[in-house]
Amino acid sequence: MRNFLAISGLTKSLENKKRDSNKTLPPVLRTLLTFMIIIAIWQTIVVLFELPSFILPEPLAVFERLFTRYEVLLKHSWVTTLEILLGLLLGLSMGLCFALQMLLFKPIKRWLLPILITSQAIPVFAIAPILMIWLGYGISSKIVMAAMIIFFPVTTCCYDGLKNTPSGYLDLAKTMGATKWKMLRHIQLPAALPTLASGIRVAVVIAPIGAVAGEWVGSSEGLGYLMLQANARMLIDEMFAALFILSALSVSLYFITDKLLKKLIPWEI
Amino acid sequence: MTNNLSSQPSSSVVQSAPSIGIHNASLRYHNSEQHVLSSLTMHIPAAQWTCILGRSGCGKSSLLRYLANLLSDKVQWSGQLSTSTNVALQGQIAYMAQQDLLMPWLSVLDNVLLSEKFTPNPKPSQRDNAQQLLQQVGLEQQAHYLPQQLSGGMRQRVALARTLMQNKPVVLMDEPFSALDAVTRYRLQNLAHELLKDKTVVLITHDPQEAIRLANQLYIMQGQPASAESLDVPSTLAPRQFDAQCAALQQTILDRLEQDYA
Repeated sequence: MRNFLAISGLTKSLENKKRDSNKTLPPVLRTLLTFMIIIAIWQTIVVLFELPSFILPEPLAVFERLFTRYEVLLKHSWVTTLEILLGLLLGLSMGLCFALQMLLFKPIKRWLLPILITSQAIPVFAIAPILMIWLGYGISSKIVMAAMIIFFPVTTCCYDGLKNTPSGYLDLAKTMGATKWKMLRHIQLPAALPTLASGIRVAVVIAPIGAVAGEWVGSSEGLGYLMLQANARMLIDEMFAALFILSALSVSLYFITDKLLKKLIPWEI
Repeated sequence: MTNNLSSQPSSSVVQSAPSIGIHNASLRYHNSEQHVLSSLTMHIPAAQWTCILGRSGCGKSSLLRYLANLLSDKVQWSGQLSTSTNVALQGQIAYMAQQDLLMPWLSVLDNVLLSEKFTPNPKPSQRDNAQQLLQQVGLEQQAHYLPQQLSGGMRQRVALARTLMQNKPVVLMDEPFSALDAVTRYRLQNLAHELLKDKTVVLITHDPQEAIRLANQLYIMQGQPASAESLDVPSTLAPRQFDAQCAALQQTILDRLEQDYA
């Protein structure tokens, strides 16, 4: 849990920094510049220490791979993207349902809480082999992995948001004669959205970890599978190409989600 | 702020504003040994403003919240609570708090329409009513803004429009103007007084000046547990211009309240 809080804190501080420096450079340009500097450092290290290509390939070789193996990479990227997105969907809906149950049926909460904690205490990586046996080597076991890894942060954020509705809102709705369900629908759920949004931001960042870890344990397609294959054949540049796509995927997923959430929840502070 | 206050929206059946009587009441929270109110007797006249003064924490909010039916499962109440129309207060009240309590995700117009979300069969014509009410509080231009785009005074005016939209005969107000600056407060008091003139209004405040300006009936709540005592108000029409008589009353009230801080 501390892990997730750290991530959510990190993303928050990243955002703050983004806002502060917004006046100086447009974000796209800034991202590009950072990227170029990293590439330059990378190239310098390779040249300076005369590293062999099977330890650290030149950036140019990696880009070459990106182009020559374009079709293969795209095919596997698509599989991983699908796993991540479906995993997010499953994890988010599971988390939301779980949080709603804990909110609405107080006695059930006492029974569900240990399950929630346990789901976090068992490392997802440790049960990955079991998931493979149960769900097969296809895409479903990876979806479940991604869903499980985001389940806890989503549930806690959602539950916190639902539980901490400002009491004034509830009082006002009560004097207007709101029933329990209408209160939930019109007051508690919308009031919980900003907190839920931070949960979703964290989920989007960590869901790819679940999907790729699942692919490592056993799969026949996906970026994780491709990396394992490349590793076995010492194709370090192909590994790096897959890694590059994976991180680009995660980053764009985060920024798209962030933009979308800001648009959907304009009142968020 | 436009002063187009003439046209009240034609809304559904307006229940006539009742007077409320409280006789020898006492109130105690379940989780506490001590009574908050005891031997409290009050007459809240129909279609008039009753102001209740008292230091913070004296129990005036508890009284208001009890009347608003927000405390029913948290307190033990004994004593008589009656209305002149012999209809229970529940369902007859609108509540306005110190915070504007505007939902940040709803537009100004939708905030005014909030109570419609909780009524079983909302009428489509209510949107026009809400527009009209926004015009009365001088915010028709801002109907599609989000609350965060408004100033504190504007937000409280939206809250006033929302309260009017509920069209209840009894309006309970818990220091709704206390967070505003002096001039905004003054204007909002006038506006509220004009728009709520047919309602039975109970206003809680710790500001003697506000109470003196607006009250037809003035109570001061003191003691532990608290009880209420009626004070005479100047015979001029509310909202009053502050004259020598008002100033003298204010001094009396301050002297009385000061005993509580000893």
